[in-house]
Amino acid sequence: MEKPILEAQNISKVYDVDGTKTTALRCASLKIYPGEFVAIMGPSGSGKSTLLHIMGLLDRPTDGKYTFEGKSINEYSDDELAHIRNERLGFVFQMFNLLPRASVLENIKLPLLYSHVPENERMTLAQKAAEAVGLKERIDHTASQLSGGERQRVAIARALVNNPSIIFADEPTGNLDSKSGGQIMDIINKLNEKGHTIVLVTHETYTAHYAQRLIRLYDGKIEDDIKVDKRNVDHEFMK
Amino acid sequence: MKLIDNIKIARLGLQRNRSRSILTILGIVIGIAAIIVMASMGSGAENLILGEISGLGSETIVVRPGREPKGPTDIAETLFSDSLKDRDAELLSRPSNVPDVIDIMPAVFVPGSASYEGETFKPTIFGGSAEFMSQAFGIKINKGALFNDLDTRQRASVAVIGSKVKKELFGDADAVGESIRIKDRKFRVVGVFADKGQTAFFNVDEVVIIPHTTAQTYILGINYFHEIIIKVSGPDVVARSVQDIENTLRDAHSITDPEKDDFFVVTQQGVVDQVKTIIGALTIFLASVVAIALVVGGVGVMNIMLVSVTERTREIGLRKTVGATTKDVMNQFLWEAILLTSVGGVIGIVLGGVFAFLMGLAVQFFTGLDWKFVFPIGSAILGFAASALVGLVFGLYPAHQASKKSPIEALRYE
Repeated sequence: MEKPILEAQNISKVYDVDGTKTTALRCASLKIYPGEFVAIMGPSGSGKSTLLHIMGLLDRPTDGKYTFEGKSINEYSDDELAHIRNERLGFVFQMFNLLPRASVLENIKLPLLYSHVPENERMTLAQKAAEAVGLKERIDHTASQLSGGERQRVAIARALVNNPSIIFADEPTGNLDSKSGGQIMDIINKLNEKGHTIVLVTHETYTAHYAQRLIRLYDGKIEDDIKVDKRNVDHEFMK
Repeated sequence: MKLIDNIKIARLGLQRNRSRSILTILGIVIGIAAIIVMASMGSGAENLILGEISGLGSETIVVRPGREPKGPTDIAETLFSDSLKDRDAELLSRPSNVPDVIDIMPAVFVPGSASYEGETFKPTIFGGSAEFMSQAFGIKINKGALFNDLDTRQRASVAVIGSKVKKELFGDADAVGESIRIKDRKFRVVGVFADKGQTAFFNVDEVVIIPHTTAQTYILGINYFHEIIIKVSGPDVVARSVQDIENTLRDAHSITDPEKDDFFVVTQQGVVDQVKTIIGALTIFLASVVAIALVVGGVGVMNIMLVSVTERTREIGLRKTVGATTKDVMNQFLWEAILLTSVGGVIGIVLGGVFAFLMGLAVQFFTGLDWKFVFPIGSAILGFAASALVGLVFGLYPAHQASKKSPIEALRYE
């Protein structure tokens, strides 16, 4: 069998805020393989985002072992993790997280600023990414001039610009109406079809329909981890 | 990440907050502008004073009674010291004592005013030689003539007056031949100087010169001089003439220890050195005041940068998420601070230059002095470096705070 891109073995995360300990994740184990489309679902506070942050190398587990592309993340410094995020990962957030007064193109180019890509190539890559999300005509607008759906498309283009092996999407449709949300999910689905591995955190069932695999979290624990047929709307898990 | 990218990001960051950026650097702008104005005015004043001193002539030596003044009380002592008398002037005028001597003028200062019919004016009154003064200071005679040695020997009651004195006392009427009154004594005006204006030491237009013998005997009732001015054959013999003068006077006054001299010698070079020392000290004093202003400006920059870091927590989180390292974020904010204060520095240099130029024009207009605007290039370079340094120093802490943020916490920040 193919090697997993990432593997979590019994990872836990305990937050310590002023002496009060909160467990966000308990002994979670999972593997994600290249090309997968994984949806992580669960009620708020179930640890979805924490799991995504650890998988996305933004945070470290307090316990357990997490390996990315075969190497334990304990072997990396924070700055090395930043380089891996820069070259191998893409992120899409619920709040879009764009630079509001920067242009669409500048927003898309942002990850390339921290890479070794030369300036002239950055422009080409950013334009290609804008085209991929259907924003080619609006690259000179500032982010604040765009609608919510357009902003999220900019965010996707930004996640895409460095050609990452995995794209992490944290509630990407959470701030959008269902029509724009559907368009965003179509784009994400297309990226998956082109070979990008997708990890999607969501609590909206319709978005999970695009996934091939569903992981359900409850109170920091993985309750279910099942494969589903794509577009299988009637799967019992959904009910 | 390359330097050019750092600077570009920093520039964009500043442009997006333009009005705040401008307000932030106001302190730096004012501080640097103050440096430029001060430096410009300082060198303008120095040039002016040195120009006037050179007008005195580099071959002129002044001997004054008493000890060399080191403070305000010493100056009073000088005025009341009676150590320079006729005999001294006579000894100094002998080529056997001072071989390079060309001419010599004993001088006394007369306090008080001059009047003509109903008009009164308070000029600067000298007892001296009109010929010597005219020569030493390059003052031309407009009407009448200068009084001569014979007048001096005879203690004649004659005067040569400046153009403003003439105007104040006589208006448009002719002054030559008329008598003015100084301390209840009548002096016949024999000549009127041409317009010359302010020099470093006195305003030629406001001067009245009478023979020193007349002033000593009939007005002041003293037998000593306030000054003896000696002209030697050239600038290159000044140093050895000073030696000759000192030796002659020490011999005449039976002084063996130079520490106990009851006179002192002033040369143009000495005055130049003194002026430079005074202006230098003044500039250092003012520069330290400005340095404090720059530190205050720097604290302002730090304050705003800290606010900015807090405000842009999400941006920092995002940048870190997409691959910015601690150093990248640190550099971004540090460059923002440096760019901010450097721009402030440049604006300050330009504003300071313009302001100093206008002030020079105003000085020229209101005082009639021959003021020359000087752009202080050294201070401009120093000011620019100082402003960049302020950015570096006061940007360090905010930049460190920014770089410390973890991407998760920064992304969650509302």
